[in-house]
Amino acid sequence: MFPDLNSILNSSPDSFREREFILLSDRQADASFLIHHYLTFYLKARCKVCFLGLVQSFSHYSVVSQRLGVNLTQAKEKGQLVFLEGLKASPGVLLNEDTSDTTHTFDYLRSPCAELRGLFEFVCKSLSQSGDEAGSEPWAPPVLIIDDLSVLLSLGVSAGAILDFTHYCQATICSQLQGSLVALVRCDDEEWDEDEENSSYLLKALTHQCSLSLRVEGLSTGYCRDIHGQVEIWRRGRAEENQRKVFQYKVHDKGASFFAPGTSRAVL
Amino acid sequence: MMAAPVQTQACSSFRRSAGRAQLRGTRTTGRALLTTSSGVTGLDRALGGGLAVGSLLLIEEDQTDSYSRLLLQYFLAEGVVCGHQLYLASARDHPDDIIQNLPLPILDDDVTPKLGEPLPPADAQPPDPMKIAWRYQNFPKVQTEPVSSFRFGHYYDLSKRMDPQLLQATQFHTFYLPEETEERSSSLGPYSGLLQSIQTVIRNEGFDGSSSQGKVRNVLRLGVHSLGSALWGDDVCLSESPAHSHALTTFLYALRALLRSSLSVAVVTVPAHLIQSKSVLGRMVKLSDAVVALESFCSSERETSSVYREYHGLLHIRQVPHLNCLVCEVPDNKDLAFKLKRKQFSIEKLHLPPDLSETVSRVSKSKAEGSSGCGSAPSGHVQLDF
Repeated sequence: MFPDLNSILNSSPDSFREREFILLSDRQADASFLIHHYLTFYLKARCKVCFLGLVQSFSHYSVVSQRLGVNLTQAKEKGQLVFLEGLKASPGVLLNEDTSDTTHTFDYLRSPCAELRGLFEFVCKSLSQSGDEAGSEPWAPPVLIIDDLSVLLSLGVSAGAILDFTHYCQATICSQLQGSLVALVRCDDEEWDEDEENSSYLLKALTHQCSLSLRVEGLSTGYCRDIHGQVEIWRRGRAEENQRKVFQYKVHDKGASFFAPGTSRAVL
Repeated sequence: MMAAPVQTQACSSFRRSAGRAQLRGTRTTGRALLTTSSGVTGLDRALGGGLAVGSLLLIEEDQTDSYSRLLLQYFLAEGVVCGHQLYLASARDHPDDIIQNLPLPILDDDVTPKLGEPLPPADAQPPDPMKIAWRYQNFPKVQTEPVSSFRFGHYYDLSKRMDPQLLQATQFHTFYLPEETEERSSSLGPYSGLLQSIQTVIRNEGFDGSSSQGKVRNVLRLGVHSLGSALWGDDVCLSESPAHSHALTTFLYALRALLRSSLSVAVVTVPAHLIQSKSVLGRMVKLSDAVVALESFCSSERETSSVYREYHGLLHIRQVPHLNCLVCEVPDNKDLAFKLKRKQFSIEKLHLPPDLSETVSRVSKSKAEGSSGCGSAPSGHVQLDF
């Protein structure tokens, strides 16, 4: 977790807002460093986390989280983290080998009816069990982290199905279970075709549903080695709280630093 | 940083190989990543040290597919020299033709003989005593039998072909689309046969760690030529709304999954200038780890431009992978140009040549004339040069 970002959002592992739908998005940049931030943040806050890893392997997140101070393997053994290895299971499902797969978790890979209902049932099942094995105290409210949603568009799932899935997840997790939901959507540079299977359309619809949005973009003036991009933070709330804040950021080996535009150490 | 516990038999290529024998032709970077060379040292440098084992490099072809095919050949030749196994899939040229035309590696002749091995016998007639370079008289002779070099990255001579002995010592797996039986699955479309073949090779040869103890661990290099072109049976290059719009991206996703769980590295070339739907290209870029685009100057107006006369084309780095770390190796600048020489494919920073054209002196002359009289008419064509 990044201390700079915690102070910007006024949150810490001891006190954070519940029932949040946090939307991370990027355009011409890579917002996956924010996924690592939220994963380590909620694990440190003793929340039960369900992580849908659809684009990278478990060891990638494990190595990065180790640097940020959290041991994912230990969290998985204790039952605090439920990690879905979506990437690893996909060739088996696509080549129709896994005939013993009675659960429908990977139905989104099986066409013609690419559905996310099975995935939703997996999420519900993993987040509804609470309490660790020692039975000392239950975990804090559950959190679902999805990395990332736009890869489902590449696999043939329609944008409508993804929106249904996030709506169901938000209703179950944020309203019923008092937990939070974090999702990453990656967009393209421009809107090349106006059809509905566009990640920009998905982003617009999800921004309407979310309660906190962090948009990562590259610098408009071009590529820079010392400033990796800028983040626009917007929170839904009452009129006086409803403002956008823009920060520039630089990602290091062990974290990221956020600063007001124009105040990068390379510039000052 | 502690290594992840070995619980499953599936081998993750991103685990630190502590205590295991070093794989041939690879080195471990500081981030516990096993990397191998792509065959072109300039490209290794541009991608931050080489290709990570378990990653996918996507090359956007130039218009005539000459330089991208060359990069693929360098990649395969590097595999032959390092002793890796190779897998080549193609729909247009037969893989055997591509393999026969691999360039010859230039190996140093400073490989010292191992202890205990007798020195090669002297020639029947003693060589003439050297008159000029007499200090080199006693140096060992050049080794002509194939030796595997442990250097990271090699140079290749394009005018000569690879030694057939080296080729015979390497294990090849090929996939030539016209010779395969057509299998279609609804989600993978025309690529299901290719994915099946890749998975079979990885499993049978034990690259995913499932083999018996007897086999020595090795790296598999996968090369796929012109994926997505019409010859693969896909119409993503022919129409804006193709019939199987998700077949190519689903294939890349599954390939990425296979690579992550095995000791293999893949280079795929794609005719990006033919793909009509830009969103498909954007998705393919996001599904790959490293993406590089080649833009050659031949048959374009830049060929005769004075700015680019030293180079053969531009190399655009669209994406650099960041695996096992928060931040990738950010390059200094992204303006790179390539130049093909016989013994080296050099990639360097784009330098503008000095402006030594005739107009420079002419401008200075006319400026001197114009400044003499303030009311005089402007003399001829005064070029304003900033």
